Amino acid sequence: MSAAAVDCAGVWKFYGDYPALRDISLTVPPGRCLALIGRNGAGKTTLLRMLAGYSKPGRGQVTIFGKSPRETDTRQRIGFIGHGIAVYDELSAIENLRLFARLYGLPDPERSASEWLERTGLERVRDGLVREFSRGMRQRLAVARAFLHGPSLLLLDEPFTALDDRAIAVLQTVLRDALAAGRTVVMSTHQLREAMDLATNVALLNHGRLAFQGERTEEMVKDPGWVYAQYGES
Amino acid sequence: MRFIRQVMVITAKDLRAEMRTKEAINASFAFAIVVLLILSFAFEPTEDTTREISGGLLWIVFLFAGTLILNRSFARELPNDCLDALIAAPVPGAALFLGKGLANFVLIFAVEIVALPVFGIFYNVRWARQFWALILVMVLGTWGLTAIGTVFGALTVNIRLREVMLPLLVYPIMIPILLGAMKLSTELVAGQPISGDLMVWLKLLFGFDIIFTALSLVLMDTVLLG
Repeated sequence: MSAAAVDCAGVWKFYGDYPALRDISLTVPPGRCLALIGRNGAGKTTLLRMLAGYSKPGRGQVTIFGKSPRETDTRQRIGFIGHGIAVYDELSAIENLRLFARLYGLPDPERSASEWLERTGLERVRDGLVREFSRGMRQRLAVARAFLHGPSLLLLDEPFTALDDRAIAVLQTVLRDALAAGRTVVMSTHQLREAMDLATNVALLNHGRLAFQGERTEEMVKDPGWVYAQYGES
Repeated sequence: MRFIRQVMVITAKDLRAEMRTKEAINASFAFAIVVLLILSFAFEPTEDTTREISGGLLWIVFLFAGTLILNRSFARELPNDCLDALIAAPVPGAALFLGKGLANFVLIFAVEIVALPVFGIFYNVRWARQFWALILVMVLGTWGLTAIGTVFGALTVNIRLREVMLPLLVYPIMIPILLGAMKLSTELVAGQPISGDLMVWLKLLFGFDIIFTALSLVLMDTVLLG
């Protein structure tokens, strides 16, 4: 049996004495899309950053495809979009993508970079410096950077926030393509409608605790606030 | 091979970004020239006096000017959370250290190479009589400063007062390297070759470079992720 894409077992995370995550046990099988929802401060970003290997759990264990998130093999298989776009303002769009293509050891960095500029509609500004880009363009470049190396697991922290229509459409398309190709997606979001549209599974975090996890149901699609109403804080 | 490629990619990225903005190199170069100029007023540069203080003077200038470059090295990764992307990439901490270290070395050495003839003019010193030996000492001394500065730059990158904290932390650790580099540079500017007792200082420079480079290579992952 293949290992779960994401497996958290009894995970706690402390900031000083404050437990930001409390006994989280969560499994995401390969090929699924988990929408991680919860109010501000519920622990979504903390959990995603832990899955990406940026921090270690205080207690418990996190594995990605059966291995530690910090192993080189695992990092090769993860694509992450956080709150920052994680591309360099002083470099052009193509230079940024070429840089990450080389760091990930892709066989033809130039081709991969050009391909993703095209897919995200940035081909026209390929040689433009990122500092001159609009917010939507920067966000699309961030998407290209995260998807460039064909990761098996995509960790997206509020990916729809502050996106224009075009960027939302680009992101939804590449996410659908990724899911169709059998990749796994874990995304935290407040945009419940977009999330329910893509998600196969839903998890609700409430004050660092996992208040609900399960498959997405018809009720959730009809009423994106349904999970909050049933399991969230009053 | 992949490791070396990653090192080169990071070095090229840092140098390209710096050449586009010229933030650190311009500040460092201007600072070096101004300090040399001010000290030339302070010390009444007759040739004998200058020879006695030349090594100390040069390395104080190199150290302060270099710190401006070292401070920018990891701070450059903060806008847009670029450091996150580097840490998330399958790049070992050692490759990140070497890549950034090499870029820092090139920038600091470029400032030194420009500052050296300026020093000769301001202080009326024929500094190039042991040119290649002086270059060797500069390479070894600069790499020592760079290795320590790069790893501590990573350590202090998220501290609010990092511009102050970096020098406070690294200057005491750099003392052995500075001592060796100052002593050797003083003699070389005076035209003395490296021989006899001076060999001890040269070995000390080699030794410290090897030790600090090895420690940095091993510790970089821990420094970045805790």
